[in-house]
Amino acid sequence: MRQSARPRRHCARTPVAEADKNSTSAMPSEPQIASADTLIEIEHVTFGYDASRTILSDVSLRFQRGKVTSILGSSGCGKTTLLRLIGGVHGVNSGSVKFDGELIDAQDRELLFRLRRRMGVLFQFGALFTDLSVFDNVAFPLREQTDLKESMIRDIVLMKLNAVGLRGAAALRISEVSGGMARRVALARAIALDPELIMYDEPFAGLDLISMGVAANLIRTLNDVTGSTSLVISHDVPECMAISDHVVLLASQGRIVAQGTPAELMASTDPEVRQFVRGEPDGPVKFHYPARPLAEDFGVNAGSAA
Amino acid sequence: MGKKGIETLVGLFVLLGIVGLVFLALKAANLASFGGGDSYPLVAKFDNIGGLKVRAPVRSAGVTVGRVASITLDAKTYQGVVRLELDRGVQFPKDSSARILTAGLLGDQYVGLEPGADEKNLASGDTITQTQSAVVLESLISQFLFNKAADAGTSAAPAGAKK
Amino acid sequence: MTMLAALGARTLDVFRSFGHAAFFFFDLLRAVPASLRRFGLVVVQIHAIGNRSLIIILASGLAVGFVLALQMYYALVTYGAAESLGLIVNLALVRELGPVVTGLLFAGRAGTSLTAEIGLMKAGEQLAAMEMMAIDPKERVLAPRFLAGMVSMPILAILFSAIGILGAYVVAVLLIGVDQGNFWSIMQSRVDVWRDVGNGIVKSAVFGVICSFVALYQGHETDATPEGVAYATTRTVVMSSLAILGMDFILTALMFSTP
Repeated sequence: MRQSARPRRHCARTPVAEADKNSTSAMPSEPQIASADTLIEIEHVTFGYDASRTILSDVSLRFQRGKVTSILGSSGCGKTTLLRLIGGVHGVNSGSVKFDGELIDAQDRELLFRLRRRMGVLFQFGALFTDLSVFDNVAFPLREQTDLKESMIRDIVLMKLNAVGLRGAAALRISEVSGGMARRVALARAIALDPELIMYDEPFAGLDLISMGVAANLIRTLNDVTGSTSLVISHDVPECMAISDHVVLLASQGRIVAQGTPAELMASTDPEVRQFVRGEPDGPVKFHYPARPLAEDFGVNAGSAA
Repeated sequence: MGKKGIETLVGLFVLLGIVGLVFLALKAANLASFGGGDSYPLVAKFDNIGGLKVRAPVRSAGVTVGRVASITLDAKTYQGVVRLELDRGVQFPKDSSARILTAGLLGDQYVGLEPGADEKNLASGDTITQTQSAVVLESLISQFLFNKAADAGTSAAPAGAKK
Repeated sequence: MTMLAALGARTLDVFRSFGHAAFFFFDLLRAVPASLRRFGLVVVQIHAIGNRSLIIILASGLAVGFVLALQMYYALVTYGAAESLGLIVNLALVRELGPVVTGLLFAGRAGTSLTAEIGLMKAGEQLAAMEMMAIDPKERVLAPRFLAGMVSMPILAILFSAIGILGAYVVAVLLIGVDQGNFWSIMQSRVDVWRDVGNGIVKSAVFGVICSFVALYQGHETDATPEGVAYATTRTVVMSSLAILGMDFILTALMFSTP
C-alpha cells in the first residue's frame, strides 16, 4: 500500500493488532522489489557552510536498508552535518546525496516535502515543542501532515507512547519531563508517521546508564519490528556497538577511518580505531591542542614572550 | 486557558477595538454630522473662494445646515465652482445669497447663506446667483494703502496748487 | 588600504543583511495566505500579543490623556482658547501619539517577547525539527505571529487614543472646569474622520507591520545562545523604535502636509 501522492492525505499503513509486546503500531514496510539494498547513497560529497571551513571533504558512504548503521567519530568531524545533508537542510557543494534513488536537491521544496515525510529525526536534546504537552508533541506530525480524525490520532499517539514506555505520561507538560523521558517522547514523535528512515542525532548524550540502555534497546527493537532503517550518530561506543549492524568511524573533514561490523572494528589493529573504541586519551588524535613549546610558556622567558 | 476561552477573549479584544473606533469616529470627529443621507446639492460660483476647504460647514444664521462637497474651477469663466450639500429639511428661496465668511478672527472659513424673499425655493442642483467672495487680506491691504495714498494725494494737490 | 577594504566590506555586509531581511520579509508575506487558512493559530497569537498588551496600553493612554490635558490647558488659557482643549488633545492623540506611543510600547512588550520566543525556539532546534517534519516553520510559527501583530496594533492604537480622550475629558471637564458641551462640539467640528482618525489607523497598521517583522527577523536570525537571544531582544526594541519614528516622520509629511 503505497502512500498517496497528495501531501495531506496520509493513507498510512493502519495500525494492525500487535503481535509482540512492544506494541509499535505499523506493519513492516513491504519489501521494495527490484530496488537496491542501499537506501542512502552519499557520493563524493564536499560541504562547508562557508568557503573558509570545509566540514566534509569527498565523503562517500552507503547505508543499507533495514539495518542499524552507526556513525561514530569525535566531535566536530561532520556527523551531524551528514544528517542535515541527508535531510536536505543544506545543499552539498559538490557530489550528490540520494535517498531511495532520488537525488536530494535542497532547493526543490516539493521533493523535500515528499521525502521528509518518509524520514523521522530525533534531535540531540529532543527539540520538543515546549508550548505543547507530551501528547500534543507526538500528535503534531499527525495533525499537520494527515487528515486523520482526532480519535484515530489519539489511538496512534498512545500506541507510539506505549512503544517508548510513556503512555502514562501523555498529559504532562514538557517542562515536567526529565531529560531521558524527553528523549523518548522525541523518539515517539519521530516515529509517529512510521518513517522508513529514522535518524538519531546523539541519542545517548547526557543520559544515565538506565536511560541509555532503554534508548539503545528501543532503537534496535523499533528497527527490527518496523523494518525501517536507522542511522545513529554518536560517540558512545559500547551502546552503538551493541545495537548496530554496521559501524562507520569518521575523523575530521569526514574522512572515513574504518567501517564494518562492530566485531570487526573492535578487533581492528589500526591505531586510530583502537584509540577511539578503547577511549584512550592519547594516540593518533592528540590530547594537546597545538601550542607553543612548554618552555616558552612556563620557562624562564615566560611572560616576556607573551 | 482552553481554546474556547482564548477565542472569546480575542473576540472581546477586537470588539473593544471596534467600540473605540466608533467612539472616535462619532463622538470625537465629524462623522455624525456629515453625510446624513438626506441632502440635496446646490451650486454657488465665487470669484475667489479664499481659504474655503471641502467639508467646511454651510451655515445660515450661524446654524450648520450642510457641508461643502467639492470645489472646482470653471474653465470658461475662471470662477470657483462650489458644490454644497444641504439638509433636505431646510429650503432656501431662489434669491438667497452665499458669502464666504470666517469663523472668529482667525478661524476656518465657511459658507454663509442668507435667505432672500422669493416665493419659490432653490431646487436640487440649482445655482445660487448672488455670491460674495471671500475677503482676501492682500486686497484689503492694497485697498487701504491706495486709499491712504489717494488721501495724501488730494491733500498734497491743493497744497501744490496753492503754489 | 586595509581600512578602506574593511569599510567596503562593512558596507557590503550592511547591503547583504538588508537583502537578507528583504528576502525574509517576502518569505513571510508568502506564508501569510497559508496561515490565514489556519486562523486558529492567528487567534492564539492575537491573544498572546494583543490581549496581553491591553493593560499597559490602556494605562499609558489614560496617563497621556491626563497629562496632555493639563499641559495644553496652561498653554491655551493664556489665549482664551481653553475651550479648544478637547480638539488639541484629540488631534495630538489620534494623529501622532496614539500610533507612535502605542508602537513604541508594543515594540517593547510584544516585540521583545516575540523575539525571545522565536530565538529560544531556534536555540532548542524546534524550528529545525519542524522543517525536518516537512512543516514550514514560517507558515506554522512565524506568519501567524506576524498577522497577529498587524491586526493588534491598530486596535491598540485606537484604544490608546480613545482612552486618552476620555482621560482628557476627566481632567478638563471634571477637574479644571472646561465647558463640557464645548469640549465635545469643538472637537467634533474640527476633527475629520477620514483625514485624522483614518490616517492614524493607517499609521498604526504600518507600525504594526514594522514591529512584527523586526521582532520576528531578530528572533529568527539570532545566535542560539543566551547572549545571542538577549542581544536580539535589545536590537528588536532599538530598531523597531527607530523605524517607527522614522516612518512616522515620512507618513506625517505625506498625510498631513496640506492643512
